Amino acid sequence: MLHSLKPSDPQAGGFCFENSRRNTVLESSLSELGYKAPNARKTGTTITGIVFKDGVILGADTRATDDMVVVDKNCLKIHYIAPSIYCCGAGVAADADVTTQIMASNVELHMLNTGRPPLIAMVIRQLKQMLFRYQGNIGASLIVGGIDVTGPQLYSVFPHGSYDKLPFLALGSGAAAAISVLEDRFKANMELEEAKQLVRDAIAAGIFCDLGSGSNVDLCVITEAGVEQLRSYDVPEVKGKREGQYRYKPGTTAVLTKTVTPLTLDVVDESVKVMDTE
Amino acid sequence: MPDFVQRVSAKNELVPEWASQEVSTGTTIMAVEYDGGVVIGADSRTTTGAYIANRVTDKLTQIHERIYCCRSGSAADTQAIADVVTYQLGFHSIELDEPPLVETAANLFKASCYRYREELTAGILVAGWDKRKGGQVYCVPIGGMLVRQPVSVGGSGSTYIYGFMDSNYKPGMTKDKCMELTATALSLAMERDGSSGGVVRLASISEEGVERRVILGNELPRFSTH
Repeated sequence: MLHSLKPSDPQAGGFCFENSRRNTVLESSLSELGYKAPNARKTGTTITGIVFKDGVILGADTRATDDMVVVDKNCLKIHYIAPSIYCCGAGVAADADVTTQIMASNVELHMLNTGRPPLIAMVIRQLKQMLFRYQGNIGASLIVGGIDVTGPQLYSVFPHGSYDKLPFLALGSGAAAAISVLEDRFKANMELEEAKQLVRDAIAAGIFCDLGSGSNVDLCVITEAGVEQLRSYDVPEVKGKREGQYRYKPGTTAVLTKTVTPLTLDVVDESVKVMDTE
Repeated sequence: MPDFVQRVSAKNELVPEWASQEVSTGTTIMAVEYDGGVVIGADSRTTTGAYIANRVTDKLTQIHERIYCCRSGSAADTQAIADVVTYQLGFHSIELDEPPLVETAANLFKASCYRYREELTAGILVAGWDKRKGGQVYCVPIGGMLVRQPVSVGGSGSTYIYGFMDSNYKPGMTKDKCMELTATALSLAMERDGSSGGVVRLASISEEGVERRVILGNELPRFSTH
C-alpha cells in the first residue's frame, strides 16, 4: 500500500539518477583542482501569478540565460497544461519544460478516463508526487494557475515536491523583486485592468532588478470565458539605437610598410582513401 | 540530514542561494490535551533558506474528521507523508466502518517516519479525539519514535518554550486555558526563532467537532521586553 519513498527506484524508461551521488563527489574534487563541472541551463527568471475577481493572471519574463550569457531573448515560460490551466516554469529550463509536457499528457488522459474537465488540485497532486519521487533532482519550480469547477486557484510547486496555495505568488531568481510589488499592491477581487497592470509591474521589477530576468513581459489571463495569451504584453527594455557609424572606410588607415614571407611547405605523406560507393 | 537530499546546483551566480535550497517548515508547533479534547497550534512560516516562501502556511493538516497533524521539518517530506497517511487511514476507517483511533493514525505516521528515517526530515505531532481514549497527543519526532504526551512542542522554535511549557502547563486545564497557553507559547517562540513567524493558527478538536482560529500578527499577546 505504501508506495516507495526511496529516491533510487529502478524505473523502466524515464529519468535515471544513479549517477547523482557520484557526480556530487566528482564536482567537489573537480573544484579542488580548479575545474568547473558543466551546468544545467537554468532560466534565471521572474514568474508571478495572482487571483483576481474573474480568474487568474500568470506573468513571466522572457529571458533564458546560460550562466552570464543570454541564450534566448524571447522564450515562452508560460506553458499549457489544460484548456483552462496554465503553468509558469522557473529553475532548470529543460526540467520545467518536460515536466509540464508530462503533466499536460497526464491531464489529457485523465480527462478522457473520467469524462470531466480537470481539477487544478489533480494537476498539483500529480506534479508533487512526481517531483517528490525524484527527491529534488528535477529542478522545476512551477506556478500553476487556472479555473476549474471549484473556482480560480493558484499554486506554487517546488523541486522537492512541496506546494503552497496562495492568492499571489512570485518564483524564480527575480522573485524577491516581484514579491515586494505584489505585497505592496495586491488586494482581493481586483478588476481585470488593475490586475494586469499589477502583474506587469511585478515582472518589470524582476526585469530591472534581477540580472537573470529581462526582455519582455508575457501575460496569460485565465477566466471562465477563456484564456487570453498576451505574448510581449509589455516591452520595458528596448534595444538602444546606435547613434554613430562604427565602420571605418577602407583607406582610413595609411599603409606604411609591406613585408611578404612565403611559407615553404613540403609534402610529407600522401594517401588515397577509396570511397565505397556501391 | 539525509544523504540523499540533492540540492539543485547553485553554481549559477544569477540564481540566489535561497532559490536552490529545500523548502523547510522551520517551525513552532504545539499540542495540548485537555479533558474532552485537544488544542493544537502552529506558526505560519515556510522558508527556503533565508527567504520566506509562504508567510501564511497552514501547518495543521487534517488527516481524518477528528484527527489532525502538526508538521515540522521538510515541507515536501511532511506533505507527502501526511497525504500517504490520510489515504491509509481513510481506507482503514472505511474497512472498519468506524471513526479511526488517534493511536492508529500516530502508528501509521511512525511506520512511514521510521521505515524511511534516513531519507526523511519530518517532526510530526499527531493529535485528535476518539471515543476510546478521548483527547490524545502523540509525538513522532525525527527518527520515528512514538510516544504519547499530555503536552508536546516541536520544530526549531520549540527549544525556546520548553521552560515556559514546563512551568505553565497544569493537568486538568480547561479548553480556553489551553488555547491561551498555546497562543502565548507560540508567540514567545515566534519572537525568538527566526524560522517561525507570521500568524498563529489554532484548532481545538473534541467530540463536538473541530474549531479553527487564526490570530493575526497585530493581535498576538505582547510581552514586557518590548
